[in-house]
Amino acid sequence: MEYIIIIISTIFINNIVLAKFLGICPFLGVSKNTSTAVGMGGAVIFVMTIATIMTYLVQHYILIPLDIEYLQTVTYILVIAFLVQVVEIVLKKVSPDLYQALGVYLPLITTNCAILGVAILVIQNDFNLLQSVTFAIGNAIGFTLAIAIFSSLREQLENADLPEYMQGVPAALITASILSMAFMGFAGLV
Amino acid sequence: MVKQISNKENFLKGIIKENPVFVLLLGCCPTLGVTSSAINGLGMGVATMFVLIMSNVVISLVKNVIPDKVRIPSFIVIIAAFVTVVQLLMEAYTPALHEQLGLFIPLIVVNCIVLGRAEAFASRNTLFSSMIDGLGMGVGFTFALVLLGSIREVLGSLSLFGFRFAEADGMLIFILAPGAFITLGFIIAVMTWIKKRKPKTTS
Amino acid sequence: MAAIASSFKNMTITLVLVTLVAAVSMGYVFQWTKVPIAEARLAKQLKAIEAVVKGYDNNPVLEKYKVITPDGKDSLEFFPAKADGNLIGMAVKTRSSKGYSGDIWLMVGFSMKGEILKVYVVEHRETPGLGSKMTDLKFYQQFVGKNPEQMKLKVKKDGGDVDAISGATISSRAYAEAVQLAYDTFKAANYGEANQ
Repeated sequence: MEYIIIIISTIFINNIVLAKFLGICPFLGVSKNTSTAVGMGGAVIFVMTIATIMTYLVQHYILIPLDIEYLQTVTYILVIAFLVQVVEIVLKKVSPDLYQALGVYLPLITTNCAILGVAILVIQNDFNLLQSVTFAIGNAIGFTLAIAIFSSLREQLENADLPEYMQGVPAALITASILSMAFMGFAGLV
Repeated sequence: MVKQISNKENFLKGIIKENPVFVLLLGCCPTLGVTSSAINGLGMGVATMFVLIMSNVVISLVKNVIPDKVRIPSFIVIIAAFVTVVQLLMEAYTPALHEQLGLFIPLIVVNCIVLGRAEAFASRNTLFSSMIDGLGMGVGFTFALVLLGSIREVLGSLSLFGFRFAEADGMLIFILAPGAFITLGFIIAVMTWIKKRKPKTTS
Repeated sequence: MAAIASSFKNMTITLVLVTLVAAVSMGYVFQWTKVPIAEARLAKQLKAIEAVVKGYDNNPVLEKYKVITPDGKDSLEFFPAKADGNLIGMAVKTRSSKGYSGDIWLMVGFSMKGEILKVYVVEHRETPGLGSKMTDLKFYQQFVGKNPEQMKLKVKKDGGDVDAISGATISSRAYAEAVQLAYDTFKAANYGEANQ
């Protein structure tokens, strides 16, 4: 039950993009068409889950025992950068198909603040390992859902007849605002 | 080589022509996340500016001794070190602000502006012009955050920098998440409108 | 521009050097800010205690002790407020993990009869404009002077006596739960009217 609540609240109620403002760069950057958006989402689900497990282990088995928690930011970003590299290499060898689908998005992920953000949130919330993994998966699905919906809205927006100065980013941001308002409606769910 | 530009131009470009938030659309996460009040925007802006200037300076100093292939990892370590310094200093001397900004302070590390400037400017320019570039970009970023924060605070809680000027409830939506998107959207729309209008009036 | 070739040896040396210098400088700043950070945390705790109990002349932080909660899962910090050596009130630091986005930490001041003197929000990460209104007088006033024996610490939606913040039922629920936990622990430590 507890895990279901974590999943629901991270996907709908506290959506990582629309309520917590993490991962806005890819949200605005790679949402021009649905297939790239879904590709990005897939890459995020993959990396976010592994990254959270790794940083959780680093925090509890290296940083806390050695009492160097202030090095959190540095170690986490290095772990994530390293992980992305490894994932890229392994994926290339093991599953070329998957690599073709996700490969282009992997380098972009290092600077996706959603990954680092979730890794830090897990520690702040005092989650255990299983809760952390659930939290990471939920957030990643939330990210994918938001970016997928948003990209299909943007595709429609391309054909809309807008005043010149509203075209592109302004219209996209206002669409995001309405989407975020819609997601606020989920607040009563839990 | 890079075209020579005056220091003044170099500084000003970050504020208006290449404003990191309004024009380049970089660093949107903290821009939207912390600007529920003007003071938060200011704090975040200054913290980011510090990291920008310091990392620009250090990177322009060491650019010649870092092999090309490990450039990015080295930059990330340098930036992360400065972010940690900011984090510790804020926790010690401005604990209230540190608490307000919370998660977004460590996230300066992945703010695309910082790595972007390090890679695009500091790694191929002199120390002094890198510093000016960092300062300009930092001021531009701070300006954007304070503007966004002020608009949201005025509309949302009828106050500015914490000073209430009316004892009534504001439009709550501007403090909440949708308000952040909509305000930034309209600011960019207005800036585009001004830019598009200019040539007509002069001709 | 890059005068140094990207040989394996060069790359390793550079990375090790960069990391080393970064680690040493961070360690230095950490040592330097250690005392101010500890002081800032202490000041925050003192501010919270001062907000919820009045008229003491001891240092409650020095005399703090931990009490296990009735369910045995957690323990809360108790800060006794004394005047001329007599216990006049108790500040209890309590928490709820059911907040909208993370933990909520409250400091609850009790008179020795078990009445709530005041509730102060020590730390929260609730939504600005909604859940954050729990720090407003308008919300916490309803707890002041009440004895939890007579007040049902649940939001009205759940059949209690607490007026929830509009649009922030989850935050209000967590707040009420934290106050209840503080009172239950306070009672378990043999304080309050029922035990006198």
